[in-house]
Amino acid sequence: MSATTLDAGAPPRPATPPPRRGRGMEFVLLLCAVLISVLGHCDVGLATAGTVPPDTLRYGCALGALALAAHGAVRAGAPCADPLLLPIALLLNGLGLILLQRLDLRTAEAAAPTQLVWSALGVALFIAVVLLLRDYRALARYAYVSVAAALVLMIVPIAFPAVNGARIWIQYAGLSIQPGEFAKVLLAVFFAAYLADNHHALAYTGRRIWFLQLPTGRALGPVLAIWAISVGVLVLERDLGTSLLFFGLFVILLYVSTGRTGWTAVGLLLSGAGAFAVGSLEPHVHSRVQDWLHPFASIDAGEGPSQLAQSLFAFAAGGVFGTGLGEGHSVLIGFAVKSDFVLATAGEELGLAGIAAVLLLYAMLTARGYAAGLAMRDPFGRLLAIGLASIIALQVFVIAGGVTDLIPLTGMAMPFLAQGGSSVVTNWIIIALLIRLSDTARRAEG
Amino acid sequence: MTAHARHAAAFCLLLFTALLVNAVRVQVLDAPAYNGNPANRRPVIARFDHPRGDILVGSRAVTGSRATGGQLKYVRTYTDGPLYAPVTGFASQTYGATLVEAAADEALAPGEDITTTIDPAAQRAAYRGLGRKKGAVAALDPATGRILALVSTPSYDPGSFAGTGPDATDAWARLLDDPDEPMLNRALRQTYPPGSAFKTVTAVAALASGTVTDVDEPTDSPDPYPLPGSTTRLTNESTSGACRDASLRLAYQISCNTVFGKLGVDTGLDAMAETAEAFGFNDPALRIPSRAATSVFDPHMDRAQLAMSAIGQYNTAATPLQMAMVAAAVANGGALMQPHILDTYGGYGFSVYRQVMNPAVAVQMQQLMTAAVTDGTGRNAAIPHAVVGGKTGTAQNGENNRGLPLAWFISWAHPDRSPTPSVAVAVVVEDAAADRADISGGGNAAPIARAVMRAVLG
Repeated sequence: MSATTLDAGAPPRPATPPPRRGRGMEFVLLLCAVLISVLGHCDVGLATAGTVPPDTLRYGCALGALALAAHGAVRAGAPCADPLLLPIALLLNGLGLILLQRLDLRTAEAAAPTQLVWSALGVALFIAVVLLLRDYRALARYAYVSVAAALVLMIVPIAFPAVNGARIWIQYAGLSIQPGEFAKVLLAVFFAAYLADNHHALAYTGRRIWFLQLPTGRALGPVLAIWAISVGVLVLERDLGTSLLFFGLFVILLYVSTGRTGWTAVGLLLSGAGAFAVGSLEPHVHSRVQDWLHPFASIDAGEGPSQLAQSLFAFAAGGVFGTGLGEGHSVLIGFAVKSDFVLATAGEELGLAGIAAVLLLYAMLTARGYAAGLAMRDPFGRLLAIGLASIIALQVFVIAGGVTDLIPLTGMAMPFLAQGGSSVVTNWIIIALLIRLSDTARRAEG
Repeated sequence: MTAHARHAAAFCLLLFTALLVNAVRVQVLDAPAYNGNPANRRPVIARFDHPRGDILVGSRAVTGSRATGGQLKYVRTYTDGPLYAPVTGFASQTYGATLVEAAADEALAPGEDITTTIDPAAQRAAYRGLGRKKGAVAALDPATGRILALVSTPSYDPGSFAGTGPDATDAWARLLDDPDEPMLNRALRQTYPPGSAFKTVTAVAALASGTVTDVDEPTDSPDPYPLPGSTTRLTNESTSGACRDASLRLAYQISCNTVFGKLGVDTGLDAMAETAEAFGFNDPALRIPSRAATSVFDPHMDRAQLAMSAIGQYNTAATPLQMAMVAAAVANGGALMQPHILDTYGGYGFSVYRQVMNPAVAVQMQQLMTAAVTDGTGRNAAIPHAVVGGKTGTAQNGENNRGLPLAWFISWAHPDRSPTPSVAVAVVVEDAAADRADISGGGNAAPIARAVMRAVLG
C-alpha cells in the first residue's frame, strides 16, 4: 500500500455520466422473474387440472412480496450491487417452487408450501445480511470461529440417525436440518480468510522439488488439516457430494490465491488416485461408480430401473423442447424425485431448451460472482467472491452431472431448485454475500 | 491472482459446458435408446391415458374403460367377460394384450372401435351348451368365412387382471395355477385328435383322387382291417358286421373305422396330405388375424400310421376352428373361405382360403353328411325346416389312450328353401365328469352344435 492523499472512503465523484447502478434494471428483471414463475405455476394447473390453480394470486403475491422486499434491501443496503444476481436467484427459486408444486400433484407429501416458507426465511436472511453486514471484511475476523462452527455443524449429524444411507441430517421435533449446507459458507469464509493472509507464504516459500514449488508445511498445514477433517467427516457420513464440493472449493481457492499450478496438479493426481482406490474398495462408493458405468444393470438383473435409470428416461422423454409443465412422468424416479433428482423433472417437462436455460442461469450467477471477485481489491473479498461463485458451479456440476450420468451420483441439492430448507436458506445467504461483495466491487470500479 | 482467477472461471465454464454437452447426449443423441428401453414405463402410461376403443359384438360393446385415478388413467373393463374372452382376449396394464385386443391394437389404442363378426346369439348358445363341461366351439359362416362363435370353457374374466397391483397379480396367478387352464383358448389354440370327424377329410380325399367313384358302390373292406405291415387289427365300435365291404355312404353314416382306415391307405399318403393341407392342416400361417394353433396331418407315415390317421388318430390333431373349416368347405361347394373375426381388418376380410374340392365332390359330401344326420350317428343335430349335415367323432386321447376320450361334432346347416349355407360349426367336449362309456360325438357334442346352428338360423 503506497501512501496516498486520497481518502478511500470518499472517492471523487465524476461529473458525468452518473454511475450506472442497475437498480432499475434489477427491478424490471425481478418483475420478469416473478411473471415467469407465476405463468409457470398457472401452466402446471392448466396442464393437469385444466384450470388456473386457485392459489395463483396468493402465490404470485407471496413471490412478488419477497422480490420487492429483497429489492428494497438491496436499494437500501447495497445500491451498487450487481443487478443480475437477485433476479436470477429469484427466478431459480420460483422455478424450483413450480417443479415442486408439479411433483406434489403426483406424490403424497406437499413440498411446495414448505419450500415457499423456507424461501421466505431465506429471503429474510438475505435482507438481514445485506442490511446488517455493512462490511464483509468483518467476516475475515471470524475465520477461525467460522471453521470451528463448520466442523461442529458437520460432526453433529453423526449423533442422529441416517436417512437413506447418509448421516447428514439433524432431525428434531419434526424439523430436519442439513447442517452441512451452512458449513459450506463458513468453510468458504475460512478458506478465503486463511489463504488471503497466507498466500504469499504459500506461493513463494518452501522447497522446490523437480519442477514443483511446494509450500511449507507451516503455511499449508492448517488449511490442509481443516480440509482433510471436513472430507473425512463427510466420508464417514456418506455425504460424498459435499466432500467433492469441499475438495473442489479448496483446490480452486488454493490455485487462485497462490497460482501454483504444479501442486494443484499434484493435489488433483493424488485425489484422483484416492478416488480410484475408494471407488474400487469402499462398497458404498463402489456401487455408485458401478451405477454410473452401468446405469441399466438393475434392469438387466430383473430388478427394474434404478433411480438413475429413471432419471435418464425422464431426460430422454423431454427431448429438445420437453413435454410441457405437468405433462411428464418423472415421479417414476421415486423418493428422491424432489431433492437430488429435481433436475430430471425440468429435463422432462422443459426439455433440453429448459436445461440449457437453467444451466445458463447458474453459469451467469457464477460468472457474476467471479466478476465481482475480479473487481475486488482485497484478497479476502476476491477469494470469498470466487469461493462462493465456485460453490454454486461445483454444486451444479456435482448434482447435475450425477443425475445425467456424466459422473458418479453423489447426493447434493441443486441450488434453489431442490426441495430442502437448509439448502434454500444457505443459497440465499450466498447470494446476499455476493450482493454485498459486488456492491463493494462496483463501487470501487466507479 | 487475476490471471489465476480467470483460469478458475474458465474451469467453471468448462464444467457448465460439460453439463450442457452431456445433456445434449442424454436428451438428443441417446434419447431414442432410452425412450425405447423396455423398462421405461412411459409408453404404457401413454397407452392408458385415454379410453381404449371398444370391441363390438353385433352393435353392442363387450368392453369398456374405467377411470382409475392412478398413473395409468384408464383400465379395461369387460361385460360378459368369460363369454367373450376367447374372442376379445385381454388388454391388461400388467400382462399385455392377446387376441382381438392385440391384433386390432393399432385401432383400439387410439380409441377407435372395432366390430367383430361374432353372432351374439350363436356365441351365447355355444357357451350355454358347453355349460360346466370342458370344451370348445367354433362356428363359421361358410359363404364368407366370418367367425360366428368362438367359445372355450372353462373361461375367465379378462377384467379380473386388467389393471395393476396385487388384485391383478393375484387373479393372474390364480388363473395360471388353475389345472383346468381357463385362459387356454381351446377353440383357436388347442389341437385335439379329431377322431371320426376326420373321416370327412378322408372321404373328400378318396372322392377327389378317384379312389371312390360311386358312394353307393360297396368297398372292398374287411372287418376287422389288419393294418398294413402290422399285426394290429383295426375294428369298429359296432360288431354287427355292417361295415364289411360297406359303401362310402353307409360307412360314413355309421362311422366305420375299417372302411376309412383302408380308404386312407388306398388313397395314399400324398393325396391324403394334399387334401388335409387344402383344408388348412399343417398351415402355420393360419390367422384370423390372431394366430391359430397349427393343425397336424403328418406327411411322413408308414401305411399303418396312415390308416390310423385316416380315422383321425395317430399324429392327427386339429383345432375346433380347423374342424369347422372342414365342415364349411363342404357346405360352401368346396370353396373354403378365409376364416376371420374382424371385418376387413388387417387384410383378413372376405377371401378364398383354398378351393378344397370341386363342386361335384362337395355335393356328394353334402349328401353323405346330411345322411349321417338323418339316418346315422348325428341324429341329435337335426333341426326342423333346415338341411343339416354332420359327422360325429369320438377320439381316443393321450398316450395309450389314457386321456379321456373327446366327443366331436362337426356340422353345417341351411334353411330348407335356401341353398346358401348359413353356418358351419365344430364342437369338442372333453368332459372329465362324464362316464367314459357315455362319451360320444352324437350324445355330447351334437346337441351343442344344433343349438348354435339354430341360433344362427334364427
